[in-house]
Amino acid sequence: MAKLVAILATTHHPFYYRTSRLPTAEAPPFAAEWVRKVAAYRETLTRMRPDVLVMVGSDHFHQLWLDNMPQFLVGKAPFYDANYYNEEREFGLPRLLLKGHEELSAHILRAGLDEGFDLAFSNELRVDHSITCPILTVRPDNDLPVVPIYTNIFAPPLPRPERFVALGRTLRTLIDSWPSSLRVAVIGTGHLSLELGGPRQFGPHGPDPEFDARAVEWIANGDIDGCLAEVTLDSLHAPGNATHGFMDFMLMMGVAGYAKADYADHLDLFHTMEAYFTWYPNGVDA
Amino acid sequence: MSRYLVDKFLYTIDRDPGLVERYREDPGGTVEWWEREQAGRILNCPVDEATTWLAFTDEERAALAAHDHVALFGLGAHPFLTLTLWIAMFERDFPEPLGMQRDYAARLSHLGLPYPDIST
Repeated sequence: MAKLVAILATTHHPFYYRTSRLPTAEAPPFAAEWVRKVAAYRETLTRMRPDVLVMVGSDHFHQLWLDNMPQFLVGKAPFYDANYYNEEREFGLPRLLLKGHEELSAHILRAGLDEGFDLAFSNELRVDHSITCPILTVRPDNDLPVVPIYTNIFAPPLPRPERFVALGRTLRTLIDSWPSSLRVAVIGTGHLSLELGGPRQFGPHGPDPEFDARAVEWIANGDIDGCLAEVTLDSLHAPGNATHGFMDFMLMMGVAGYAKADYADHLDLFHTMEAYFTWYPNGVDA
Repeated sequence: MSRYLVDKFLYTIDRDPGLVERYREDPGGTVEWWEREQAGRILNCPVDEATTWLAFTDEERAALAAHDHVALFGLGAHPFLTLTLWIAMFERDFPEPLGMQRDYAARLSHLGLPYPDIST
């Protein structure tokens, strides 16, 4: 069977790529620490020598639109073009071409359907910065095949937090039961408290530092029950109007089970808190 | 209320560099043209197989034609779509980094929770 060697759950900050490439004299004061933290986080993936990456993210109204909106969608294609004109325009992100892994995509779709998740699929998916930001931070060589999984954290009605956790748990069993000799890593990106397009956006910190502190504790401690006891679709409006992206972190907690993270770090940036978690579900020597 | 159509306007303008400039320079004319020619276009269907019943309310049309992001917020336009398009159109007018985004927020600062419903 396949071996799940690493689970990474992190924020995806589209400004990182451009910030990390600025000459020192032009870089903002927080850039050096940000680059150091990302480099340390990258090592948590590199050391586990994965062969294939399952990548959980969310389309930001690029290919997926309100005339036909899936809740959970799995890419099944040999390649994925990546990033869009408005991401080049706003963030300076490069266009990329990611390799796919159709066999693992097919397994996740077939077994996921059989486990009770009516997963949508796409044979021609152009992924956006929710997938490419972690490629640029933790696998900048972009040398591994991926299976993209998109969740709807954007266009209500949304699935409830419990459903994200359940999909994560199911994803774990699907990977563990995949008849393959490959080493798999799951990388999912979301947000802590975040406001976009509202009165609390782009402040000196994230819109709700108290929520962020609790969220970091839930994730680092694998406290799924504590998190689910407090987080609902309604409650997520309070920390910031884009905070439903936290449900992708909850999905990743589902993948990790109740385990404490083996690696946890965060960085308080202007307007948002960055966070970096890794689990080694079969041990660091797997 | 046609919140979906407002979102569709923001979405289809934002993804086209030419339309971003057209809407910046001529908001009223762009809204009028778009509602007449583009509003019914189903994005994954041939042009002839269009929707026949979509239209803005007067309030929505006026908010879009006035570049009034505060009114759009109040109408429940998706805040991510509005912000993204506003950055494309107006960030260039502010000399300091994130100046546009902070001005955008300040103009909304009289609003508290709960925010308007954005569901479509």
